[in-house]
Amino acid sequence: MANPCEVEVLNNALSGIGVDEKSLVSILTKSQNEHKKSMRKGCSKFFLEDERQFERWNDSAIKSLKAEFKLFKDVVVLSLMHPWERDARLLKKALKKGPPHYNVIVEIACTRSSDQLLGARKAYHSLFDRSIEEDLASHVKGSERKLLVALVSAYRYEGPKVKEDAAKSEAKALLNAIKNNNGDHKKAAMEEDEVIWILTTRSKPHLKVVYEQYKKISAKTITENLEVELLLKETVECLCTPQTYFTRVFDTALREDAKEDAKKALTRLVATQEDVDLKGIATKFEDKIKERVKGAYKDVLLGVLADDRK
Amino acid sequence: MATIDVPEQVSVLADAEALRKACKGWGTDEKAIISVLGHRNAVQRKQIRLAYEDLYQEDLIKRLESELSGDFEKAVYRWVLDPADRDAVLANVAIKKLSPDHHVIVEISCTRSPEELLAVRRAYQTRYKHSLEEDVAAHTKGDTRKLLVSLVSAFRYDGEEINTRVANSEAKNLHEAVKDKEFNHEEIIRILSTRSKMQLMATFNRYRDDHGTTITKNLEGDSGDEFLKTLRATIRCLNDPKKYFEKVLRNSIRRVGTDEDALTRVIVTRAEKDLKDIKELYYKRNSVSLDQAVAKDTSGDYKALLLTLLGKED
Repeated sequence: MANPCEVEVLNNALSGIGVDEKSLVSILTKSQNEHKKSMRKGCSKFFLEDERQFERWNDSAIKSLKAEFKLFKDVVVLSLMHPWERDARLLKKALKKGPPHYNVIVEIACTRSSDQLLGARKAYHSLFDRSIEEDLASHVKGSERKLLVALVSAYRYEGPKVKEDAAKSEAKALLNAIKNNNGDHKKAAMEEDEVIWILTTRSKPHLKVVYEQYKKISAKTITENLEVELLLKETVECLCTPQTYFTRVFDTALREDAKEDAKKALTRLVATQEDVDLKGIATKFEDKIKERVKGAYKDVLLGVLADDRK
Repeated sequence: MATIDVPEQVSVLADAEALRKACKGWGTDEKAIISVLGHRNAVQRKQIRLAYEDLYQEDLIKRLESELSGDFEKAVYRWVLDPADRDAVLANVAIKKLSPDHHVIVEISCTRSPEELLAVRRAYQTRYKHSLEEDVAAHTKGDTRKLLVSLVSAFRYDGEEINTRVANSEAKNLHEAVKDKEFNHEEIIRILSTRSKMQLMATFNRYRDDHGTTITKNLEGDSGDEFLKTLRATIRCLNDPKKYFEKVLRNSIRRVGTDEDALTRVIVTRAEKDLKDIKELYYKRNSVSLDQAVAKDTSGDYKALLLTLLGKED
């Protein structure tokens, strides 16, 4: 008979984020059929009493479990990959999966350095015999197309030099576009050419100044004003306040009710960001990670975010 | 094929000394400058500049700028620069004009290879502390802006793979956009600025086969429409760059008073690439050699430099 302790261990090993491989190994290698039966009876989250008198796996639980097991494999594969190939593949996948995943395209295009993004474009040529911009342009519809193609094509200046005057007037232009000063013709900010070219060609230091200038002339920040235009909001966030974006990704992924995509986002961040900023945010979440994440996946997260990374 | 005549053996030290001698003292020995620089390729010119800097603690280009003047100076300046740097300068000059030279931006973004265009973008940032695309965006408007920013931002696939199905459907899209005179169509810009050059050739050919006429013929229209003009230039550059350059040369010489900027630009930027082929096209079209036409229309040291770059023997 399985004792309540063991049942609890099994439940824990399979709950949370990732799986506790060590515990699972020790439970399974020591269990015989009868023992396993009583464990199944004890884990009602994973096993249901079937009308024909046997305990069967809960299908949706298996599906979630698959995803949890996959977390470690994904973080390993992604981490070992050359960053250019990684980004090229992530871009392709996001494009294939469609509009709900376009935020990944925004994330990559906006958080990489100019040369890293260029590298991703080169890798894309090698992997798929096409350019990322031609695939985006031919598969994305509507106003999102203009934004995404332009974001991915950017080769932003990375120097510190910023023209205050230009930043001031561009903050104004953004405010106008967002407030739709077009009379009764309501146009989404993403459809305004001004908005697109400012966000997709200006340097990041410049855009950070634009963000600050905007705060001076508006009660809300640009991101607060863009709550309804999610893709555009994330664009601004990734470009101007990446810390906020990273924090949110960590936070969402480590919640009780975290969905698969949220955890994938965490894996993606951890495997791809070399940012010093990221480490700062990660330390804030270290306790949460220790509490909610299990097994090899946890070890990777903590290891990767530790200070002594080579 | 290139037209410049480069000797077998070159000593960049001797060259640097010769240039120093040409610039020292009263007056300048322009012939000496031409006879050295006019016969050196990009790699050698760069080495000469480094050697000159090493020997005399002075930037050769700055020295030449101060010694020379007029069209000759402009041509020498452009010739001596690294190709990527040169294109960056040409782009900046074109953008900053009161009435920007859109076709120069088109030329640079459409006739250079994807890697060359990247090098131009890098050189532009180093020189001007802005990205090429933000400067283009800030100085253009409307559909012209959309087209030009897309063109300079492109990093086209440079392989041989083409998709015939896509070529067929996009030839159709282009025809539809063109016949409705809806030239501002997003589709045209999308196709022209993202597809690889090989893919576009397949599309243009299909267009011609399906409709019995080239797409550029179907775009003939209001010469006052800046966007249309820019669009035509784009298609011409993508479809047949040599033919395009021949036309620019023909127009630059034919004008009352020569358009030296255009003449210099084409000769300097193509001398190490395909100026020979362009010369052949020119002769076929005009029944007079480009050398003769240039000799007739220009004078002095400027003429001497151009003719040297065209391959004339000293």
